[in-house]
Amino acid sequence: MSMLREKLRNPIAAWTSRNRWAGPCLLALLFLLSLAVQGFELLDPYVQLILVYVGINIIMTVSLNLVNGYMGEFSVGHAGFMAVGAYTASIITVKLLPPQLIGLLFPVAVICGGLAAALVGLVVAFPSFKTRGDYLAIVTLSFGMIVKSVIENINAIGGPRGFLGMEKVTTLPWVFVWTVLSVWVIRNLVYSKFGRGVLSIREDEIASNLMSVDTRHVKVLAFVVSSFFAGIGGALYAHVLQFITPRAFDIIKSTDILIMVYLGGIASIGGSIIGAAIYTVLLEVLRPMGVWRMVCMPLVLVILMLYRPKGIMGLKEFSWFVPLRDLMAARVWRERGQKRV
Amino acid sequence: MSILEVRDLSHKFGGLTAISGLNMAVEDHELVGVIGPNGAGKTTVFNIISGVYKPSRGSIVFEGRQIAGKPPSLITNLGIARTFQNIRLFKELSVLDNIRIAHYGQARYSSLEALFHVGRFRDEEERVVEHSMELLSLLGIERSADEQAKNLPYGLQRRVEIARALATRPKLLLLDEPAAGMNPNEIDQLMDLIHSIRKEFDLTILLIEHQMALVMGICERLLVLDFGETIAEGKPLDIQNDPRVLEAYLGEVEAW
Repeated sequence: MSMLREKLRNPIAAWTSRNRWAGPCLLALLFLLSLAVQGFELLDPYVQLILVYVGINIIMTVSLNLVNGYMGEFSVGHAGFMAVGAYTASIITVKLLPPQLIGLLFPVAVICGGLAAALVGLVVAFPSFKTRGDYLAIVTLSFGMIVKSVIENINAIGGPRGFLGMEKVTTLPWVFVWTVLSVWVIRNLVYSKFGRGVLSIREDEIASNLMSVDTRHVKVLAFVVSSFFAGIGGALYAHVLQFITPRAFDIIKSTDILIMVYLGGIASIGGSIIGAAIYTVLLEVLRPMGVWRMVCMPLVLVILMLYRPKGIMGLKEFSWFVPLRDLMAARVWRERGQKRV
Repeated sequence: MSILEVRDLSHKFGGLTAISGLNMAVEDHELVGVIGPNGAGKTTVFNIISGVYKPSRGSIVFEGRQIAGKPPSLITNLGIARTFQNIRLFKELSVLDNIRIAHYGQARYSSLEALFHVGRFRDEEERVVEHSMELLSLLGIERSADEQAKNLPYGLQRRVEIARALATRPKLLLLDEPAAGMNPNEIDQLMDLIHSIRKEFDLTILLIEHQMALVMGICERLLVLDFGETIAEGKPLDIQNDPRVLEAYLGEVEAW
């Protein structure tokens, strides 16, 4: 109860929890703004590009947080799913779709990228029935390597030289829509019986199973949803960069996403958004430092881990990401009970 | 009619035989205590009944259905719930979430409905909150609903664990040392609690316990286990004077 009171003492949080229309309205406004930015070139193309990357990285971070933060596993192969999505969508837009339809059917290609990645995620979910922790991390690590070498050895999609010819159809409004959709769906999952199942697996898998949670189903769902959105992120990424190589999706990429998850904080959607935004922007801001950038940035991380080991928002959530039903469950029940008496 | 019937149950950990040829039956609405010295295999029996371990041999029939070796979530959904010797709550989560998790098997909505919060989702979630809060208030811990489970005092954590087990709507409740670490006063309260939930939920209860005050106070029948076998069975008062039981606990009693 004290937690709830503290949350509601924050005036902005109290206001938004009373006015639930505020969120959707703000999102609609931001969407219009992103359309205007793109239409009237309100922002420098370079800044627009950074915003696009922020969006893609939010998708990657929120989706990885589902497995690493909420479920408490340690997946280090997230870039592998991204690669599957990127290549699938690129092959569709370059080889299958007639050029004049690309703009129109781009969302279909993105969804196909997500579905392909989800299919691969389904396969990776099976080892998770038997192993967990460090050992599952090794499984996901190997999975990332397999994806990379498979792509490197398929000549039809360029092998190690990479794949190009995509049109730059990933625009700011599109990225905005996909980011909101990803965050919304993953939030919905987290605040459902499946999401609570995911949390209970992190806390105590055996107890969770004994409390009627079908842990296998929950694990499969978490992996599939996580990899689906990684695939979406990959598809968007390919169509902004217009050139992808297997090397772009190696362990370094996975590490980047991991850093964003742990910087923002585990098991937090708000944290994932902050983590992805700060990391992406900071890397750009530090660009003038040249090679020192990659010394400075890790240093920031070390300092953060020393003083805030759980990340910026670890295990906490902004109340406007929490469905009202969950935020007020106990309180509503109590108030209704009092009226009844 | 027996609600639970265990026949010829054996379980081995590597070369160690934990349970050998165990037979027991629990009647509907009975309150049965399982006692025995340390290492007698009591908790192993609970682990096998609830599905944590697959037995090496033997059968377990619950309400006419064979459940030996079935997955724990399925057994829980059939109506067997349990608590643990060392409290195993989901520590970082709120008390309410602990109880809501145990409704997994009852909330009828698909993963797709959950992803978009549509269809049956809203009604089912409301029902789950309703039932969870009712359970919490029945156990007198409704005020702690938003508290993190790990921040509750020990006695209340025990209550949350019982509430969580009840949330799965069991017919048979397995309590593994519910009074461990409690003082006499708390044990009295626990006995009242067990009586009241038994009546309220129409339960059959099987409990492991070392605290003789509790065992003698509420159990209608006792099973004494030693080395994975039933060595005695009967009313609490008879068990107290059974030479085989004394032997198991105190060593052989020599005539002199």
